[in-house]
Amino acid sequence: MTALLHVEGLGKRFGGFVALDGIELEVQGGERLGLIGPNGSGKSTLVNCICGTLQNETGSVRFADQALDGLSAHERTRRGLARSFQLPRPFASLSLAENLRIPILYAVNARGTGAIAGPAINARCRDLLGEVGLAEKADRLPRDLTQIEMRKLELARAMAAQPKLLIADEAMAGLLHAEVDEIIALLIRLNGQGVTVIMIEHIMRAVMEFSQRLAVLVAGKKIADGAPKDVVRDAEVVRAYLGE
Amino acid sequence: MDVSLDLLMNAMISGLLLGGFYAAVSIGLLGMAVYQVYYVAFERRDDQSLRGLSFFFGLLFIAEVGLILVFGVDYRSVNARYIGPSLQLVLFDLPWRLLVPFLVSMAMAIGLQIFLSRSFLGRAIQAVAQDQLALQLMAANPTRIKRIAFGLSIATAALAGACLIIIQPVEPSIGREYIGRVFAICVLGGLGSFPGMMIAAMTLGIVESLTSTFFGPSWAPAVAFGVLLVTLAVRPSGILGR
Amino acid sequence: MRGTPFILILIAIAAVIFGLARWLDNSYAFFVGYVVVQYIVLGTAWNILGGYTGYVNFGITAFFAIGAYSSVVLHKLVPAMPLPAMIVVGGVMAGIVGIGTGYLTLRLRGVFFSIATLALAVVVQTLITNWDFVGGARGAYVLRPRVAPLIGGGYIDYLFLIMLGLCVAALATARAIERSALGFGFAAIRDDEAAAEASGVPTLRLKLIATGLSGGFMGMAGAPLPFYVTYLDPASGFSLNYAVNAIAMPLIGGTSSWLGPVVGAVLVGGLQEYLRVTISSAVNVLVAGVLMVVFVIIAPQGIVGLFKRKR
Repeated sequence: MTALLHVEGLGKRFGGFVALDGIELEVQGGERLGLIGPNGSGKSTLVNCICGTLQNETGSVRFADQALDGLSAHERTRRGLARSFQLPRPFASLSLAENLRIPILYAVNARGTGAIAGPAINARCRDLLGEVGLAEKADRLPRDLTQIEMRKLELARAMAAQPKLLIADEAMAGLLHAEVDEIIALLIRLNGQGVTVIMIEHIMRAVMEFSQRLAVLVAGKKIADGAPKDVVRDAEVVRAYLGE
Repeated sequence: MDVSLDLLMNAMISGLLLGGFYAAVSIGLLGMAVYQVYYVAFERRDDQSLRGLSFFFGLLFIAEVGLILVFGVDYRSVNARYIGPSLQLVLFDLPWRLLVPFLVSMAMAIGLQIFLSRSFLGRAIQAVAQDQLALQLMAANPTRIKRIAFGLSIATAALAGACLIIIQPVEPSIGREYIGRVFAICVLGGLGSFPGMMIAAMTLGIVESLTSTFFGPSWAPAVAFGVLLVTLAVRPSGILGR
Repeated sequence: MRGTPFILILIAIAAVIFGLARWLDNSYAFFVGYVVVQYIVLGTAWNILGGYTGYVNFGITAFFAIGAYSSVVLHKLVPAMPLPAMIVVGGVMAGIVGIGTGYLTLRLRGVFFSIATLALAVVVQTLITNWDFVGGARGAYVLRPRVAPLIGGGYIDYLFLIMLGLCVAALATARAIERSALGFGFAAIRDDEAAAEASGVPTLRLKLIATGLSGGFMGMAGAPLPFYVTYLDPASGFSLNYAVNAIAMPLIGGTSSWLGPVVGAVLVGGLQEYLRVTISSAVNVLVAGVLMVVFVIIAPQGIVGLFKRKR
């Protein structure tokens, strides 16, 4: 079976700074992958290169047996790649329901099959908001939301694009213990519906609970990849996190 | 050449510089006040693009109409001894009316560059463009830095305006021609690059001058936009940009 | 079609206004009416790009004058050409220039686009000033027919009717955009371009559609101008007043809906006309600028926003 996402020899520089150096990564369909690494290790750059926000200089990204290189971000979203942003970026002048309408109109309906039309769009937006527990606020503006509700909206918007792969970029940073549990449960439920999930996270408890496999990025290189229990015991990983 | 001309020139240049400086300082203070309004009304509300830009456009229009109400729509010029004569060199003449603004501008640009690269305040101004949060963590107030930068930039522009009236007669809407030029120079040189700006400014000056000579002065304003379009199409980061 | 009742209502209102002006039979009413309706079209056109996508176009005069001067050219080449055909040509020309400028500058940050449009206005003015065929810096005279075609009466009646028709078209387009997928895409771009891309919105294509439509309507608004003024020179065709009014009116009225530019144009246009008659023409041009600055500071949502129920 070929992998759903296949990253090969991916490299990216900013001026003289090497942000990513020869990254190899495979993600199987239906998998739950955790991606960790210290600040500045290149996690967000990797997400941006996979999603098309940045263009990688070397290497290639293949998704669902198609090369993504050179495609813009919206074309990748249409092919089934969705992401949430580290800092929530809602459409501030649109209501919550309308926020979810955008990916339905522009990602789902651009695929040719499974288009949603007319009143069904609104129903679908409200269903999705219901799934993340925001149904009552469907007609409110994002500025009325709390931190955790904002994260939920961010995830709901990514889910609205009906992705094959969802990349959750630090969806839990700054949340309370119970709130973290809520988001983990949400992502696991989503995975149960057949969506492959990559979770980028600093909160180790969350990563360990969620991930079936763990990859570690340090200084633009992947230094470990395997079962979570083995990876966190890996000497190199321990050194990168705790110092010599 | 008359011996006393040298002395006279010096006196006049310093007089001009002083007058321009006074004007620039007062306009710089006005600029800082404008930034404060902009900050309170737009930046703090995070509403910079649409309404913030329109705010500045409104100010441009108000300033222009205000000048028309005071000075009328006609061209105005100034008289000074050095505006007529030229500095005669062996092969060509250098008219003082171009040489004086050139020297003043060069001195100002180089001085500004030294300030920006050497002093703490100058470096803070460059830093604020890159990362406001980091600057805040280093206990510098980005708003204050930007207020100073804004005042400084308005003052520089005002001094350049004071030089312009030596070069040619001016009228209230003449500023609009310079928006395109300045933008073309900044983009061509690469934003934030001092050497790039210098090269771009010189290039644009030469191309415009050649255009005026061979096709007529009425074509000169189109040069900047041509340069701009070519730059944006071929190399959007500018010649010395990142 | 979903928008049909709205268009019918607009047409009915336009018909009533036109009938009223005819009944008054006062050419001054036609002249003032033309100016106000022209500003509704200009303001709506600006708002399609500025209000909906958040990209500020300062080069309104470029598009407006492209429309006006294409009419001058067409009138010289084919004197018998009917005005509506000239309007279509002017609109297409301005729309193409809009898409071209947009293609080169819209990939950059919003501020770059704004300054580039301001530069565009200077360049188009330079080109027109140097083009002898349309009169160059001296300007061109356009003889308008004494009697209006089809409807009879003065030619200004006809110009007013044409502008009313254009206004109906512009408002219907703006409202259709607001309620369509296109409108939601525009709003997503305005709020957060990166998030819009991540949600599948083809941002560059949508921005080009907006610049094309916006520029096109500005060109159409300018196309009848030579017949209105009968003498057109670059200084008046490229007057900054058009640009300031076209930006000020939507901002004062409110940028979030099609109604904003209408409210702004009627209020500001009316006030300007009142001041022009009572005080002086120099003061009336200041009004739009000052009101715009005041409104963007104290009432960012505009007049329509003040009346809208807070969600």
